[in-house]
Amino acid sequence: MSPGALLSRPGVAAVVGTVAVWALFAVVAGPAFRSVSGAAAYLNASAALGILAVAVAMLMIAGEFDLSVGSVVGFAGMALLLLTRHFGWPLWPAIGATVALSAAIGLVNGLLVVRTRLPSFIVTLGSLFVFRGLTIGLARHFTGRTQLGGLDRVEGYELARVLFAADVGPFRASIGWWIAFAAAGAWILHRTRSGSWIQASGGSAEAAREAGVPVDRTRVSLFVATALAACLVAVLQAVRFTGADALRGELQEFRAIAAAVIGGTLLTGGYGSVVGAALGALVFGMVQQGIVITGVDADWFQVFLGAVLVAAALFNDRLRRRATEAG
Amino acid sequence: MRAVFVIGRFLPVFLVLLGIAGCREDGEQRQAGEPAPLRVVYVTHGQSSDPFWSVVSNGARAAGGKLGVEVEYQAPLTFDMVEMANLIEGAVASRPDGLVVSIPDPAALGRSIGKAIEADLPVVSINSGAEAWERIGTLAHVGQPEYEAGRTAGERMAGAGVRIALCVNHEVGNAALDRRCSGFGDALSAAGGEVEVLAVELADPAETRERVARAVATRPDLDGLLTLGPTGAAPVLAALREEDAIGEIAFATFDLSPEVLRAVADGEMLFALDQQPYLQGYLPVVFLAVHAETRAIPGGGRVVRTGPRFVTEENADEVIDLAAEGVR
Repeated sequence: MSPGALLSRPGVAAVVGTVAVWALFAVVAGPAFRSVSGAAAYLNASAALGILAVAVAMLMIAGEFDLSVGSVVGFAGMALLLLTRHFGWPLWPAIGATVALSAAIGLVNGLLVVRTRLPSFIVTLGSLFVFRGLTIGLARHFTGRTQLGGLDRVEGYELARVLFAADVGPFRASIGWWIAFAAAGAWILHRTRSGSWIQASGGSAEAAREAGVPVDRTRVSLFVATALAACLVAVLQAVRFTGADALRGELQEFRAIAAAVIGGTLLTGGYGSVVGAALGALVFGMVQQGIVITGVDADWFQVFLGAVLVAAALFNDRLRRRATEAG
Repeated sequence: MRAVFVIGRFLPVFLVLLGIAGCREDGEQRQAGEPAPLRVVYVTHGQSSDPFWSVVSNGARAAGGKLGVEVEYQAPLTFDMVEMANLIEGAVASRPDGLVVSIPDPAALGRSIGKAIEADLPVVSINSGAEAWERIGTLAHVGQPEYEAGRTAGERMAGAGVRIALCVNHEVGNAALDRRCSGFGDALSAAGGEVEVLAVELADPAETRERVARAVATRPDLDGLLTLGPTGAAPVLAALREEDAIGEIAFATFDLSPEVLRAVADGEMLFALDQQPYLQGYLPVVFLAVHAETRAIPGGGRVVRTGPRFVTEENADEVIDLAAEGVR
């Protein structure tokens, strides 16, 4: 395989980009960035976004967007706290109910998109507002507050803490979930029939339908998957921080899309990589923490991030073009 | 080969980023033998675009400039405790000589702050967290004890003859604000008066104005009003003007804004309580610099109080000038 062909594979460019960003901060931010605690700082900061980005990238490959993931993170976290702290449920049944609720949100998003043929951008933009509003509204209605705590006093917390919030040295358990999620996503996309369906649905939906691909079913399942990823992030954060906040997850939908794009996924669908999206989230975390460790005020984080996003998108685009030209 | 060529074309982008990020290091080249300056990192929940927090950040930078301490200021883009915990971890990984944090949600941030303390990093907390800093173990807390501040406000109002007052709370459930109202209530009770809490919506100033106007119109015995921040004060001021009750009802608020200062200067408001955010930025740098040299730190297990200070008709004009400079 020539270097050009190798680099044109989705995800490989993301590896190059990740290494470049790491090298940049390894030089600029110095030994603190290269240390174990530096690595823990950026891996911990990337994990939640990584879980979201993997699911969002798969949905984008199938040709749809989900802008509601950030709101679902807030909604699921608040649902968990309301069920346990306000209605007195034990933790595990409440987690079960939160998972079911989230899956239902994904199902409604998906069905609305495939039935109405409205752009998923609009439908899920609607859910973004609806579920953020519901989170704030319900929390204030039941408790008069928007910040709930005390999950560690709920029956069943110990097991949840071991699963979702244990640390290995300075590394958080969420990193393990991120890796597992990315591995599962990559396996589905590249090794199963569903994976081929996902890529076909995003390439040309009409051609895929004619070839017998269940496009609608594939897409609806992916909407459910993004909502479940958001639910997992909500549970990880609620258990770790022993509470929920109505504003949690804000802006994560755009960050997840940005991570997917940095990782080489096309906005137009049909092409992309799960591993790339997971690495895109890592780039995010490295930029964020790299800036803090370098000692530049966080005010500048967005400036760097925007530059990295556009640079990565350009890089991916050029690579893909050169690969196709080279044939 | 083509791939190498493509990567080569993007090299300038990375070099530019490298250059931007490298500015700081160019700036700190110094004579050999001179000791490296202390580096203190602030991680708070207040974006520096927020006027209150930009005064904190100005105070920190001013102290850094005077004492030769490098000050960095970090805050999450939104009020996001997960993000803030990540920023604290990043700051700790950069091994500064001191860390300054606010603690708006002790349950969410306790673990990350605890890690910094375990790593033997001197940590001072500011602003929110007066009730949690000792448990978490920061060296000192610089801020305003909310209950006492509320009580001081109540005593001052009682002194001005107020007996029946409303505490207008725009965020019921926020523990710090609840404590302000309860301190206020206790002080007026001690003076033989009473306080009722009026819960209003921060996001709905029109309704706040409406409800305060109704309370003023229907309760002739009402002679005092306290709001817990400038966002709550604006609609209340509008309601008092509407009902022509200015001067009849003593009105005061926590914290400053240009509108509040103007109203105090014009005598429409009795006073404003200033928690002096500039000091919340300035003092931690001083404490950490002294601590680095001598291990000395304020003791006694009490909050180092930056407030409340009263802004009244007498000194409001002076404060207006200072506020324009971003130091009050």
